[in-house]
Amino acid sequence: MIARLPAVPHEWIDRTKPIPFTFEGRRFEGLAGDCVTSALWGAGERLLGRSFKYHRPRGVLSLANHDVNAMFQWGPRLNVRGDVTPLEEDMILTAVNTVGGLDADRAALLDHMGAFLPVGFYYKAFHKPKSLFPRWERLFRSTTGLGRVDFGTPRRPMSKRYLHTDVLVVGAGCAGLCAAIAAAESGAQVVLVDENAAPGGSLGYQRGGQVTDTALLDDLLSRAASLPNLDLCLGTFAAGYYADFWVPLVSAMGLTKARSRALIVATGAQEQPAVFRNNDLPGVMLASAAQRLVYRYRVQPMDRAVVLAANRDGYLAALDLAANGVEVAAIVDLRAEGEASEAGAAVSEAGIEVLKGYCVYEGLGGGDRLQSAVVCAMEANGVARTSSSRTLRCDGLVMSVGWAPAAALLYQAGAAMRFDEALQQFVPERLPDGVFAAGRVNGVYPVAQKIADGRFAAWEALAHLGRTSQTRARPVLRDGPRPSHAYPIFEHPKGKNFVDFDEDLQLKDFFNAAQEGFDNIELLKRYSTVGMGPSQGKHSNLNAIRILARIRGEPCGAVGSTTARPLYHPVSLGMLAGRGFSPVRRTPLHSRHEALGAVFMMAGNWLRPEYYRQPRKSRAELIQEEALAVRTAVGLIDVGTLGKLEVRGPDAAKFLEQVYAGCFADMQVGATRYALMVEESGVVLDDGVVARLAPEVFYFTTTTGNAPSIYRELSRWHVLWGLDCGLVNLTGALNGINVAGPCARAVFRAVTGMDVSAAAFPFLAARVGIVAGVEVRVMRVGFVGEVGFEVHVAADHAPAVWDALLQAGHTYGIRPFGVEAQRVLRLEKGHLIVGQDTDGLTQPFDAGLGWAVRMQKPFFVGQRSLAILKERPPKHVLAGFMRETREPMPKEGHLVIEGGAIAGRVTSVAWSGTLGRTVGLAYVAPDLAQPSREIRIRADGGVLLTARVARTPFYDPDGSRQTLGDGEVERHQVESGRAATVAVER
Amino acid sequence: MKLMPCPINGWRPVSEFQYRGEVREMPDPASCTDAEWADYVFNRTGSPGIKREWWCHIPSNTWFIAERDTAADRVLRTWAYGEAAQ
Repeated sequence: MIARLPAVPHEWIDRTKPIPFTFEGRRFEGLAGDCVTSALWGAGERLLGRSFKYHRPRGVLSLANHDVNAMFQWGPRLNVRGDVTPLEEDMILTAVNTVGGLDADRAALLDHMGAFLPVGFYYKAFHKPKSLFPRWERLFRSTTGLGRVDFGTPRRPMSKRYLHTDVLVVGAGCAGLCAAIAAAESGAQVVLVDENAAPGGSLGYQRGGQVTDTALLDDLLSRAASLPNLDLCLGTFAAGYYADFWVPLVSAMGLTKARSRALIVATGAQEQPAVFRNNDLPGVMLASAAQRLVYRYRVQPMDRAVVLAANRDGYLAALDLAANGVEVAAIVDLRAEGEASEAGAAVSEAGIEVLKGYCVYEGLGGGDRLQSAVVCAMEANGVARTSSSRTLRCDGLVMSVGWAPAAALLYQAGAAMRFDEALQQFVPERLPDGVFAAGRVNGVYPVAQKIADGRFAAWEALAHLGRTSQTRARPVLRDGPRPSHAYPIFEHPKGKNFVDFDEDLQLKDFFNAAQEGFDNIELLKRYSTVGMGPSQGKHSNLNAIRILARIRGEPCGAVGSTTARPLYHPVSLGMLAGRGFSPVRRTPLHSRHEALGAVFMMAGNWLRPEYYRQPRKSRAELIQEEALAVRTAVGLIDVGTLGKLEVRGPDAAKFLEQVYAGCFADMQVGATRYALMVEESGVVLDDGVVARLAPEVFYFTTTTGNAPSIYRELSRWHVLWGLDCGLVNLTGALNGINVAGPCARAVFRAVTGMDVSAAAFPFLAARVGIVAGVEVRVMRVGFVGEVGFEVHVAADHAPAVWDALLQAGHTYGIRPFGVEAQRVLRLEKGHLIVGQDTDGLTQPFDAGLGWAVRMQKPFFVGQRSLAILKERPPKHVLAGFMRETREPMPKEGHLVIEGGAIAGRVTSVAWSGTLGRTVGLAYVAPDLAQPSREIRIRADGGVLLTARVARTPFYDPDGSRQTLGDGEVERHQVESGRAATVAVER
Repeated sequence: MKLMPCPINGWRPVSEFQYRGEVREMPDPASCTDAEWADYVFNRTGSPGIKREWWCHIPSNTWFIAERDTAADRVLRTWAYGEAAQ
């Protein structure tokens, strides 16, 4: 039987559903609706975990998602937060950060070594001698850190959702509920989120002894439920604010990316601890934590309590405890004047002793829990008068000394905050358009004022959305009694008065840090690590600011606050991890390549065959074989990834003249021409082939990787110049297939009725015709340096054309070849690849492309820059080089060295089976670029390899191969075959 | 994620757009000095303030001009090139 307090309205537990679980090897039972901590505390456990640095015993602090000393390991799940994680059946939990178990944690010895571990000791103590550091590092790695990562944890993809709404309200407490209801009642679409399992916020747990009076909460919830356009999402927190109302909502179900048109932040405030010696003993907790235990889980948090109060909330907490079976030993009020409100009167009536102007000097413990509190009267300056101390027996001490706004979303949205001295709290001074704050985060505490504040925020949001035109005056707010004490912090000669429970920072650590010069809030944070633990300063930042303000003798507002970055609470990586959406493009021939055994590689976004696999042959062998097939017979390559654009209209020729460096207006219909594009700075941007298909129709290609950006940039010029022509991107609509080799003409003739004779269809001509029954555009190109027909066909028909060519080529020994063979073939011809043999500084004259630039035109992009560059001597030029041997082979990027200095670099290199040599391209200093001159290349391992500068093309310098007529094929085949044989023998 | 108003497609996430620098007046290549030309090609102020920039909505290939306050990270207005500002 599980002992709990009698049932009350709005409790979270289901008494009919007991839940068994294991903690530190012992069996326990909780109830459905419990969190791990409430189940353990309800079962009488007081030691829930060990602190990070000193391994001190710790219990409940906030029960509000920053009890980072009650974190557990549950199988592969680590750092499970006990105060917010719902209890599940058969959980097997152990405390994190112990050596040999929670009760007998051997590392607890560290608690007695505090004097030797001052703040910053790590930085100071272990950097000398350097040789010992690995040893220290091993020690630290084993003693620090919390949960254990299980690297075998399977990846669990979490869902992502998108949500669009008019108004997003964060926080379903009193102000948030009122705001959401008011906004929804006017017809706006409203989403209200709250991180808790039930709505209501402090209305649910701060009842001031009126145990069953929940009339206001009942009313708000029933009104909210009656509004179909109000969507209440529980167990969901807003993890951050990103530009334009983009808010990630995190729940157990996954991540929802919410976009609203207005945002109301009603996130409330986090109760802040007092700082006194042993304020971390199990049994010392925030008043709101005790009230959450009482009303949410019906767990009696202690038998006999001392209430440390500095506000009305403390008196309400005392009444709540007294009404739920707790003997309240005394209220220790930091204020000399005590509490004047009705809560003060109710406490007197209940016969609870109030010690006005008193503080808690220290907690005394035994057996890892609180046993009594030493209280003292305070001097006028807030210092404890120890001569007047009294010891009060108690097993619980609740602290109600003040609040800090949960303002992270406001900070992230760009709100300007100011410190309000009357409230002792940061409040919004100026909010961005469309972002509003209500309730405690706005510095508004009394319930009646929170209601008015919530409604006003709703009206502001509606006005922002243009849904209301009536005007309203801001209600009078923030005039209640002060909710927070200015300095609830007490020195003690023996220390252990904790400011940050995550990082075990004591009051003296702050004085030491400031003394060492880290007296700016951002520096103090980084040096002392305050606020850098798992709770991210939710219970420590405000006290740190207060301490620093006192040290510097300045108001808190002058000290300022550190940046509250997303994410607000920790979010598991699985929630954030995307599915890696990087689209991959496949050509229409992809399945053909697969069937032929292609090994694919990425080219831009495209998958292209690198080479085609065959049994018992290496990659290098196959690449050479494919290249040789093109040289000796015929090969077939899919060039469908090239950018394919068309420009048509009266100004089409003018457009091309202005975007390319060459000349196109004088082209005959049916001709093609190499085209080079440069930037305004004169740097080489792209190249391709332009074909004139009709007087006002040009079809042209770009390189594979640049296709999208070139199309985009040409579109921009098109818009800017307003020329009378249209630009179409046919990259995906058409596919290109290049059939090349001495037998290419014969193969191509077999699949078309077009006149393909050298006279009718010469080198560099373009024709429109029918191939395999399909209309095609064919260009006689020479990239690989043989007779070549590049067939461009509608993507859907590309497989039919490919099949027809392969079949027709069968008797000629046709072979599909991949990107690698093409790279070898073009390198043999000395053809450069833009982006490989050029970079972001290459201009045409360096790269030997001056022939493709026509300076005499009226205008083209980059012309003016080239006019300047042309007159300057080049710093380096692209030159060919050869080596007799295959190994060792220089690599792309290796440096050319001359006189001990860098004199260039290799951009392309490959073994040419046809030539029996290693050939390559390199940028070299102009004086080195003399044919036959020796250059030295610094290869892997620093070895200097010798190469000889050579003229390009290396292969077929006079270009006779690509203009080969029908009759010459046979002779060439024989010669090439012989050459190939020789090459292979080498 | 920030939103950007495309004059054709309306408000879209900024990931659908590409930025192409400030709108700058090209000096007359025939009459400007080398220094003036180099200044046009290479120099940008980069100082925060209200800028007119080229932007492209990539899926629809729509080029337009955006007036943006780069200090406040706010898009003030956008319009298709050659049309009157909205």
